[in-house]
Amino acid sequence: MSATTQSRTAPDRRTTSKTARLLGDRRLPVLVTAALFLVMYIAGLSRYQNYGFAEPQVFMNLFIDNSYLLVAAVGATFVILSGGIDLSVGSVIGFTTMFTAWLVERQGMPILLVIPLALAVGAVGGFLMGYVIQNFEIQPFIVTLAGLFLFRGLCLVISKESISITDSSVSSMAQAQVSLGAGFLSVGAIVALVVLAAAFYVLHYTRFGRRVYAIGGNEQSAMLMGLPQGGTKIAVYTVSGFCSALAGLLFTLYIQSGDPLHATGMELDAIAAVVIGGTLLTGGSGYVLGTVFGVLVLGLIKSIIQFEGTLSSWWTKIATGVLLCAFILIQRAMTARKKT
Amino acid sequence: MTTTSRWRALTHHQLFWPVAVLVVLLLVNIPFTPDFFSIRMSDGHLYGSLVSIVLFGSPLILVAVGMTLVIATGGIDLSVGAVVAIAGALACSYMSGQADQNALSGVLLAMGLALLAALVCGLWNGFLVARMGIQPIIATLIIMVAGRGVAQLITDGQIITVNSEPYKLIGGGYWLTLPFSIFVVAVVVAVTVALTRRTALGLLVESVGGNAEASRLVGIRSRRIKIMVYVFCALCAGIAGLMISSNTSAADGNNAGLWIELDAILAVVIGGTSLLGGRFSIGGTVVGALVIQTLTTTIYTIGVPTQTNLVFKAVVVIVVCLLQSPKFRAKVFGTKGRGRATGPAETAAVAEAAPKMEVSR
Amino acid sequence: MAEPRPVLEMTGIVKEFPGVRALSGVDFRLFPGEIHALLGENGAGKSTLIKVLTGVHSLDGGTITLDGQSVRFASPLQAQQAGISTVYQEVNLCPNLSVAENIFIGREPTRAGRIQWKQLRRKAAELVDRLGLDIDVTAPLSSYPLAVQQLVAIVRSVGTGDSVAEGSGTKVLILDEPTSSLDRDEVLELFALMRRLKEQGVAILFVSHFLDQIYEVCDRMTVLRNGTLVGEHMVSDLDQVGLVQLMIGKALDQLEELHDHQLHSGVGEPLLQADGLGRTGGIAPFDLEIKKGEVIGLAGLLGSGRTELARLLFGADQPDSGKVTIGGKQVSMSAPNDAIAAGVAFCSENRKTEGLVPDLTVRENIILALQAARGWTRPIPVSQRDELVAKYIKALDIRPANPEARVGQLSGGNQQKVLLARWLITQPKLLILDEPTRGIDIGAKAEIQKLVVSLSEDGMSVLYIAAELEEVLRLSHTIGVLRDRRLVAQIANGPEITTSRILETIASGEHQ
Repeated sequence: MSATTQSRTAPDRRTTSKTARLLGDRRLPVLVTAALFLVMYIAGLSRYQNYGFAEPQVFMNLFIDNSYLLVAAVGATFVILSGGIDLSVGSVIGFTTMFTAWLVERQGMPILLVIPLALAVGAVGGFLMGYVIQNFEIQPFIVTLAGLFLFRGLCLVISKESISITDSSVSSMAQAQVSLGAGFLSVGAIVALVVLAAAFYVLHYTRFGRRVYAIGGNEQSAMLMGLPQGGTKIAVYTVSGFCSALAGLLFTLYIQSGDPLHATGMELDAIAAVVIGGTLLTGGSGYVLGTVFGVLVLGLIKSIIQFEGTLSSWWTKIATGVLLCAFILIQRAMTARKKT
Repeated sequence: MTTTSRWRALTHHQLFWPVAVLVVLLLVNIPFTPDFFSIRMSDGHLYGSLVSIVLFGSPLILVAVGMTLVIATGGIDLSVGAVVAIAGALACSYMSGQADQNALSGVLLAMGLALLAALVCGLWNGFLVARMGIQPIIATLIIMVAGRGVAQLITDGQIITVNSEPYKLIGGGYWLTLPFSIFVVAVVVAVTVALTRRTALGLLVESVGGNAEASRLVGIRSRRIKIMVYVFCALCAGIAGLMISSNTSAADGNNAGLWIELDAILAVVIGGTSLLGGRFSIGGTVVGALVIQTLTTTIYTIGVPTQTNLVFKAVVVIVVCLLQSPKFRAKVFGTKGRGRATGPAETAAVAEAAPKMEVSR
Repeated sequence: MAEPRPVLEMTGIVKEFPGVRALSGVDFRLFPGEIHALLGENGAGKSTLIKVLTGVHSLDGGTITLDGQSVRFASPLQAQQAGISTVYQEVNLCPNLSVAENIFIGREPTRAGRIQWKQLRRKAAELVDRLGLDIDVTAPLSSYPLAVQQLVAIVRSVGTGDSVAEGSGTKVLILDEPTSSLDRDEVLELFALMRRLKEQGVAILFVSHFLDQIYEVCDRMTVLRNGTLVGEHMVSDLDQVGLVQLMIGKALDQLEELHDHQLHSGVGEPLLQADGLGRTGGIAPFDLEIKKGEVIGLAGLLGSGRTELARLLFGADQPDSGKVTIGGKQVSMSAPNDAIAAGVAFCSENRKTEGLVPDLTVRENIILALQAARGWTRPIPVSQRDELVAKYIKALDIRPANPEARVGQLSGGNQQKVLLARWLITQPKLLILDEPTRGIDIGAKAEIQKLVVSLSEDGMSVLYIAAELEEVLRLSHTIGVLRDRRLVAQIANGPEITTSRILETIASGEHQ
């Protein structure tokens, strides 16, 4: 039943009952996802122990193989926490791979110069989308849809063909490994973890981060409380654009080519990871740490399907859909209880 | 009536801007392809740019028409692309298992099966939205993600090709000198218009989308209506799926109907139906879908590299949305935006504004 | 009180909306350390006065002086910075954040941009503690009932300014109907907080519809009616009857033509019977019988449960207790459909949000209820439809008489008539009208009242809710009196029943 009625009838209505408190706890979905990840991992351990699943490197590879998704999902977390949605993620990633490959290969620009340029393009793209959403009151869904078309179109404008990167500094960067005792991480994975730490800090220890939660919780209230809600919204989309561009750079490193069809539909993976990670799609509730678990669960599904050998790749999509459904229903149950 | 007032009446018609855009797009072609509007007969079939625009635009028109009703209730359906893929995959995989792919009964059964699957998808979406009260964009995301996986599961990840003359008809065949798909579209549009305007369905849909609480208090069973429109939308997507797979004689679980949900939503918006729900226009949506298809064709014929198609589309989306945004109009064209609505009714509302409305400024 | 200098003084306040003068020359004073009630019925101008004061609306005339200085605010934020805070009935906080964060968001203590969480929680706890509240500031706001959320909103608003720790940034605190959805214990807690703030010298402007609460906690009151000031009194100088009279009693009657009207006596057999019908937080269980052709008027102040009673009879809200019998058959009342099928019709007081579909045409709005009852598969034949619509447009004199006009563009009175037509077309047995004459011009008002009389003569029962007592008295066979969410009396109308008798009943809660 509702936490409200319970606390009213309880002898001391200031202390909500333990169950109500647990069910109402915002950390619960994150814990559920973390537990799911653990269960899946342990199941994987017992089933494939003879195939090397227990190697620490298998765990490390989850980060290496999904570094770009993690970064994109972190950006999406900002947007979704604020109550919006960003459909342009996949296209911006694809565009960044093309843009980078084109500048490095065709224009001969040094990668160190290309990186800040690509990041700036992503951030400016995000800023413009946020500006239109905020100032002209058009739904984020439609504006970022236009962004999706625009960046995918720009990919094709650069080249219809895929451009593979042969630049030595890029490949050495891509192959660099950071040893961590039992295993190693790639540069991409390290960057992803740094982004994650930064996002955690921003969301929990800065005024901007708290404003993101506030406008996701109740935009009108946030405005009445005197918070600069418009600027926050624009900033959120800028962050998402930046993260998408960064994810695009990591994807370029990972795959060492630019292709106009790279990362098609990755916005769905990013959104799915965020939701499975326990963030409410309606905004205001969730943790960036949950997003990590969401990405890890999706990554683990891929790994398990690889280890299984007989299962085909499309089971990834089906499993993602089923998980998404389960978590949406859990969220629905949680919010329904709060409202009554 | 003066000329200006007649002009005003014309420009205020809901179909004016979509049709104007379509006409301009069509006219743009003339300098590049002087015979753009000519239609010639060959082999007993009609050929010409106009025919091919309708032919290639058929699946989009179908999906967009279904989407219109969903959007009119204040919802959205992201799963149509996945339903297109599932329907095509199911029909083709069933037929490819048949000994005689040309047997009419087998083809009909395959199509029935595909539409049944679409119906189930629609029921599921409707159930989540109407019964569970989940936001439409989230509820339909589930099938959008999982549906493509299911389609690939059905085709086993392969592109299944079929070789069936009767099946070829829906998406690629000709009848009475015209592409058969034009007739399919005409029938679906006619049925939709009849279903919404000959019965009271259209009125009730617009009422639910226009004011959900008032609709409840007037006794409209909005849950039923919502489930119906999601089912209808999925069925339209199913037919579109059959058409696409028939046209290519193949089912591609991964790419069939890719991004069609976005194009369909765009067509609905261009056609003048608000994404917030309420008033809808099937005619507008058809024009909107034709605009999108003409845009693609035009880009091709005027010799702009085809790859800029998407950039053009993005520009169109932005322009259309900005023009529909009251705030943008107020900023750019001055007075129009806010002042327009202030009639006597508005002032009464201000005077009696209850504390609940405190925030409106 | 030795008349110290008022902290806030508003003189000659004028506010006009196109076509309506919402405030005409209102004076208002607020002294430090007092709790001041602002009273008036719907449309009296309370909300407008508050909005003008807090900068939501601009001022069309008059002056506002705060602490001896002339001020004019362009936004609520400016007003807040100058020390005028407002807490609305709807809690404008973020339920997903913790209590401490809600108190401090936007002005969190930071060091080098990093939020000092420990310091923030400690400060919040201190603030809450000093105001005598027992709240765990680390818990999310949504885990507390609405009442506590409201207290938190007050804590936030008085904690504004630089001297957060002292909680003295706010000079004027406006509480706009904070008690509407609170139970008795919660109200007491709110009052305790208000008194503590008062001791600290804060001037509190309190809006409430519950007279007992006014007499319990307030020192002074200002009464508005129709946008004008009708009196400022010390609470101790004016009793409840006098107050109610000020608020609604002497409303000028401009409906001469209806004065001679004699209530017909042809009231028939029982139509509707409600036994112990009630809903927690809405209205206490009540019994009510409505006869065929009878007009029952509901009298009571705003917030007394008038609307709640009507909504229960229509199934718009689900009752927790009791049953309804219509025409001898029990009706489940789980949704409006049940009531509609049994012949009940309901015109909501909120025409815009609960009545009309503004984008649809007059014709579509008129046939909506009938069509909903017939189901989508059986559209009303075009000729029959046009005939019906034309008939009711003519009968009710809806203007413009164009069935194709968008209903959102009509004036309030005509919108009300469209709503009436919508239900009359279904030929209901019981028509519930919730403030049908609110916010519409005098002419339309008279027409609607005449219509009620003739409907009743034709055998239709009507449940009539209006703020103006004369209106209720003139039209009703029976008058139900509500007070504090309770149906306290049902009085048969007659020559000996006067507005002052009803007023006494409203004020005292008893009928002699």
